Amino acid sequence: MEFIRKQLDKIKPHFDKGGKLEKYAPAYYGIETFLFVPNHTTKHGAHIRDGIDLKRVMITVVFALLPALIFGIWNIGYQNMGEGKEFLEYFIFGAIRFLPMVIVSYGVGLGIEFAYAIFRGHDVNEGYLVTGLLIPMIMPIDFPLWMLAISVVFAVLIGKEAFGGTGMNILNPALVARAFALFSYAPYMSGNTVWVADSVADGVSGETILGALAGGVDPNTSVFDMFMGYIPGSVGETSVLMILLGAGLLIITGIASWRIMISCLVGGSLMGFLFNIIGSSTNELINFPWWQHLMVGGFAFGLVFMATDPVSGAQTNKGKWIYGFLIGIFAILIRVVNPTLPEGMMMAILLMNVFAPTIDHYIIEANVKKRKKRLQKVNV
Amino acid sequence: MSTDIKIKKGLTIKLKGGANHQISLANRSKKFAINPPAFHGVKPKLLVKIGDKLKVGDAIFYAKQNEQIKFTSPVSGVVKEIVRGAKRKILSIDISADANDTFVDFGAKTPGKLAGPQVKELLLESGCWPMIRQRPYDVIADPSDNPKSIFISAYATAPLAASHLVTLEGREKEFQAGIDALSKLTEGQVHLSVGGSDSFLDGIKGVVLHKVSGKHPAGNVGIQIAKVDPVNSGDRVWIVDPQDVASIGSLFLTGKYNPTKVIALTGTQVDSPQYYTVIQGSQIKDIVGGKLKSGKSRIISGNPLTGTTVNPNDTIGFYHDSISVLPEGDHYSFFGWMPFIGNHKFSMSRTFFSWLTPNKEYDLDTNLNGEERAFVMTGEMEKVLPMDIFPMHLLKATMIQDIEKMENLGIYEVAPEDFALIDFISTSKIEAQQIIREGLDLMIKEVG
Repeated sequence: MEFIRKQLDKIKPHFDKGGKLEKYAPAYYGIETFLFVPNHTTKHGAHIRDGIDLKRVMITVVFALLPALIFGIWNIGYQNMGEGKEFLEYFIFGAIRFLPMVIVSYGVGLGIEFAYAIFRGHDVNEGYLVTGLLIPMIMPIDFPLWMLAISVVFAVLIGKEAFGGTGMNILNPALVARAFALFSYAPYMSGNTVWVADSVADGVSGETILGALAGGVDPNTSVFDMFMGYIPGSVGETSVLMILLGAGLLIITGIASWRIMISCLVGGSLMGFLFNIIGSSTNELINFPWWQHLMVGGFAFGLVFMATDPVSGAQTNKGKWIYGFLIGIFAILIRVVNPTLPEGMMMAILLMNVFAPTIDHYIIEANVKKRKKRLQKVNV
Repeated sequence: MSTDIKIKKGLTIKLKGGANHQISLANRSKKFAINPPAFHGVKPKLLVKIGDKLKVGDAIFYAKQNEQIKFTSPVSGVVKEIVRGAKRKILSIDISADANDTFVDFGAKTPGKLAGPQVKELLLESGCWPMIRQRPYDVIADPSDNPKSIFISAYATAPLAASHLVTLEGREKEFQAGIDALSKLTEGQVHLSVGGSDSFLDGIKGVVLHKVSGKHPAGNVGIQIAKVDPVNSGDRVWIVDPQDVASIGSLFLTGKYNPTKVIALTGTQVDSPQYYTVIQGSQIKDIVGGKLKSGKSRIISGNPLTGTTVNPNDTIGFYHDSISVLPEGDHYSFFGWMPFIGNHKFSMSRTFFSWLTPNKEYDLDTNLNGEERAFVMTGEMEKVLPMDIFPMHLLKATMIQDIEKMENLGIYEVAPEDFALIDFISTSKIEAQQIIREGLDLMIKEVG
């Protein structure tokens, strides 16, 4: 630690103003501040500051993703190799498939972030630490790496940097990547067999529950398997238990909004419940019990890790209730009614990302009106 | 008449180094100074030159925008130096003090028997007027205004703040006289808010008494105004610090300008934190000299959330009743952002285990604990601002100088100190107090 500090101090002058590598200062500071919280002291305002910073927030979210990540890697192996193998065998198989995706996602994404920081002369932002892990966790495991790379490029450039970087984006960058992939490389994304490694080649049935239901077939999966996550799907989404562990961490630490999580859950339940009441003889998804809707597909994962993105979501507390509720409603609505998309969570969140500022606008307008009314009362 | 104000939102920051309940007399400084920049927005016009002899209460300068507002000498002595900065801006008027003070006699009066204009004139003439500040804008009150009410908060909730129960000890008569005088200045009411503990303040006459409870910033006068009688566009509400109320009372009782006040010397870098009786304009070194621990410290005139950094040759701020000395935080911390590591730090979030020990007192330094970033986290600012205001949206409107939006979102109701906790908790290290101060200055310029 002392050694690293000394080395950093030794090369630091080159990046200072007037140094020969001045242009690359953002890259240097990106790395330095990753290793060490800097020695900056307060110059204006409050002399003491909370221990939290954006790095700590982002890393906490990464921590929250870990249970689902580890389980997901194991599940890749389990879904491909079937029963009867050791934990480690499954895990190693999964890791060999999954880690390259993580490396590509972080490599390409952080590369662009650093390049942009140097080009624009601002600090490297931490937002991609989370986005970079989310992207591979919501992609099919057989998704070609070059397509992943292009999706990441699109997400970071168009989804984020075009708006001014972390904190300025309108849409959740990870979902932008997934939406881009879905529309650009539909055969790799939307078939019902892409969610298990090598399923096409090995003839393993790789259909997801939602895919099967959309095709009118009841997959006969036990509720226990759905909850635990022993089902086909992308790495992050299958295990409700592991996602709940992450949700617990996010709520306890106060990083993610419990308001969005609860209202989204209520919205999804309500919509599923309504469909159950209506009933149908042709659409199996309408008859699928509402509480099981919450456990399959990307609903739980999207609810905990995507809908709660503070930048693209609603910002006011009241707005968060509405925003989350509508995501829940639309996710199930799209899932059940739209025949081309077996999963509606991504579309629901992206849609509500677009409407989040509108929701906030009306909440704030109410506050403004109240203030104006108070003024009128005084003036009369 | 008494009402309760209960504040639910907020954050109490428990710091080590609070002052013991013991008051000593600080060493009398040989050199005193008046710093015009301490009075925000005042353009000073000098009334003295080097070599002039002064008594306590002699005017030194007045405000260019309002000649009635005079600033008077806190000691008797000789004007020694006039320190100027860039563009000949007057930074300080230094006075070398006599061994004993002589006073200008303004004549003792019973405030109850005076009319409003007479009270006003005496306050202006004696140099007590700058003690009265106004909302909106958090600047010295304009004597030609008619405030709709006057607020005094005798409940301090900021970390390491001086307790008004200690600083007002034995000043009951003066305080009552001060209230009597102030009540002549408004057609509305004088509101006095106190904490839970019993004191003579409960028996003060001529005020609406509020019992305030809750976390910081419950003691901020602006929060209390927002709960009781919020500021609308065009309104003026005046505020006075409790010790200044007593000083005003003292003026009426004795006919003399009373520049003494009790301040708390606090912070972990102080050997034995306690209270001191000082004279306004005293040099910091005469108060802290020989009382500090070794190591790099930052001396703050005021509390750690809203105070200003000073060096030993500076003077204690006119509106401050504490000096806090904290360790300077210019150190690196290896992987310091790792969640649940570094639990000697305090955080509103629960990404440290420190939330498991809510009663622990902390020794915080001045490290920023991160770097400034764009707004990312939402909902955190709302947790520490107990007003019907959207703080993040107000800050954003202020940053882009959208005056109409600022007005609509409640800029008139806030002061920088109300945003101090937002400085503190902000994940993105947003300098909220600075943004609000600049916004208020813009409003003064554009709206007035």
